[in-house]
Amino acid sequence: MTGGSSVPAAPRAVPAGLLAGIGVVALALSVTVAVTIGPADIAVTDVWRTAWHHVTGAPGAPGMDALRDGIVWQLRFPRVLTAAAVGAGLALAGAVMQGLTRNPLADPYLLGLSGGASLGAVAVLVLGAAVLLPVAAFAGAVLALAAALGLAGSLGRITPARTILAGLAVGHLAAAGTSFVIFWSATGDSYREILAWLMGSLAGATWGSVAIAGGALVALGTLLTLSGRTLDAFAFGDTAASALGVEVDRTRWALLTVVALLTGALVAVSGSIGFVGLILPHAVRLVAGAAHRRLLPLSALAGATFLVWADTAARTLFEPRELPVGIVTAFLGAPAFALLLWRHRSRAGALG
Amino acid sequence: MSLRLEDLSWSVDGRLVVDGVDCTPPTGALTGLLGPNGAGKSTLLRLVAGVVRADRGGAVLDGEDLLALRRRERARRLALVEQEAVAEVPLTVRDAVLLGRTPHGGPWAGTSRHDLEVVDAALAEAGAGELADRVLGTLSGGERQRVHVARALAQEPRLLLLDEPTNHLDVHAQLDLLHLLRGLTQRGVTVVAALHDLNLAASSCDHVVLLARGRVVAAGGVRDVLTPAVLEPVYGVRCHVLEHPVTGRPVLTFDPLGGPGAHGAVAR
Repeated sequence: MTGGSSVPAAPRAVPAGLLAGIGVVALALSVTVAVTIGPADIAVTDVWRTAWHHVTGAPGAPGMDALRDGIVWQLRFPRVLTAAAVGAGLALAGAVMQGLTRNPLADPYLLGLSGGASLGAVAVLVLGAAVLLPVAAFAGAVLALAAALGLAGSLGRITPARTILAGLAVGHLAAAGTSFVIFWSATGDSYREILAWLMGSLAGATWGSVAIAGGALVALGTLLTLSGRTLDAFAFGDTAASALGVEVDRTRWALLTVVALLTGALVAVSGSIGFVGLILPHAVRLVAGAAHRRLLPLSALAGATFLVWADTAARTLFEPRELPVGIVTAFLGAPAFALLLWRHRSRAGALG
Repeated sequence: MSLRLEDLSWSVDGRLVVDGVDCTPPTGALTGLLGPNGAGKSTLLRLVAGVVRADRGGAVLDGEDLLALRRRERARRLALVEQEAVAEVPLTVRDAVLLGRTPHGGPWAGTSRHDLEVVDAALAEAGAGELADRVLGTLSGGERQRVHVARALAQEPRLLLLDEPTNHLDVHAQLDLLHLLRGLTQRGVTVVAALHDLNLAASSCDHVVLLARGRVVAAGGVRDVLTPAVLEPVYGVRCHVLEHPVTGRPVLTFDPLGGPGAHGAVAR
C-alpha cells in the first residue's frame, strides 16, 4: 500500500463545475460538427437552422433542398443523437457497475447482458425478422439479467463476487447459444449482418432509436446519476456502507436492475459496443477523482462526446464502407487511455 | 444513561460466535474489548453496529435500543471503524471523510456547507487536517487510521466502535491514536475499541471487557481485570503484573505456562 508514496498530493487542478461546463459545451459542439461531416456538404449554421425548422416550424436554412434537409434531419441527426445517448448511457452504467461491484473490470454488460441481447438479436436475424431486433435484444438482455440476479441471489447475500460470477455463467451460456445459432443456421448475408450487430453499430439509427436510447437515458440514467452519494458509501466495502446507514442489499438489487434495464435498452438500438462503459469511467476518474457525485455526470458527458466522434469516424473513415463502431471505440480509445494513464501516472499509482 | 449490551448472541453454522454478551461500557470513557483470537471481539462490534443482525439481544444507548432503529438513524448515533478498510479507487482524504456525512443527508442530497464544516472539524480533531487533499493510498498506516477516525467523527456519533485500530501501527502511531481516542472521551463520546495488545489496554483504557469463546469472562477497571488470575486461564500463559514507574498503571509480562524459560527460549 506504500506504492506511489513519493507523491505528496493530488491537487484537483480543475474544479468539477468547470469540467462539467466544458463537457456540455464540447458535447454540443461535437454533435453539431458531427452532423456536418459526411458525403453531403452541410454547414454548421445549416444544422441548427434545420433543427430549429423541424422543432418550431420556422423557415429552414436557405439553400437546403428537400434531399439535404432529409440527410440532416432523417439520417445524421438521429444517428448522432443516438450515439450521444448510447455513449452517455454506457459510460454511466459502467461507472455505476464498477462502483457497485468494487471491480475496475466491471462494465455495463457484466450481468451477461450483451450475451443475452446478442442471442435474442441473432435469433431474429437468422429468422429474417430484423424488424423485431430491438425487441428481441431487449428481451434477451432482461432474461439474462433475471437469470444472473436470480443465480446470484439464490446463493445468499448478493455480494460483488457472486454478482460477477453469476454474470459470467449466464454470459457464457448465452454466448454459446449465439454461436450455436450462427453456426447452425446463418447464411451468407445474415453472417455479415450478425457480425456488424455483434460488434456494435449505429448504422440505421432512426428517431425511434433516439427515443429508445434517449428515453432510457433520461428516465434511468437520471436515477443513476442521483445515486452518486449512495455509491460513494460503498468505497470501503459493504460493511462500511452498512455502517454509514446504507441498506446494502436493497441498494445493490435496485441499482443493478436499473443499470441492466438501461443497458438493455442501449444494446437494443446499438448492439454491444465495447470499451465505452469499461474505460471511460476510468479516464474520468483519473482527471476528476473517484467521488461518484462528480464521476457519474462527467462520465455521461465524456461517453456521449466520445461515442459521437467514434461513430463519425466509423461511418466516414473508409467511405462508402462502414466500420462497426465497436472497432473504432477500441482503436481510438485504447491509445487515448494509455496516454491518459501515462500522463496521470501518479494517480494511476494510487489505483493500487 | 449509558451503553448497555443485553444478551447479545450470534451464531453461524450452529456455532455460537457471540454467546449472550451482557456488559455496560461506561459513557464518555474508553473501553477496551479484549480477548484471544476468535473470542468474538470483531463480531460483537458488528452486532452493536447493526452491520450483522444479532440472533437475539439488544444494545441500548441512552435508553434507546440501537438495534431497533432504522439503519440510517443508527448511523447518526454510532460509527464503526473497521479493521483494514481499503478503497479500490483513488479517493482523496476529504472525499473519504465526507462519506461520514452519508447518514445525515438524504440519499439524493448534495453536499451542504454544513457538511463541509463538519468534515473540516473532524479532520482537525483527528489531527489529519493537513492531509485533506492527499490520496488515501499514499498515506502511512497511522495517517490512514486517523482519516478513518475522522470519517467516523464526521458522522457525529455518540458511540464510536473501533476494531483493532492499532494493528500494523508503529508504537508512536499507536500511542498517538489512543491519545486521540482519549480526547474524544473527554467531550463525552463513548469509545469501545477491540484491542489485541493487553499492555496498550492497561495503559490507556478506563474500562475493559474480556471475552473468551464469545462470552464475557470479566469486565471492570483495568486493575480488576488485567490480573494473572483472570488472564492466565483465558490466554493459556503465565502472567506477571508490574507497576509502571511513572503512571502507576499495570504493566504485564507473559511467559509460557511452565514458567519463564519453559520452552528453553530464554537465555540462562
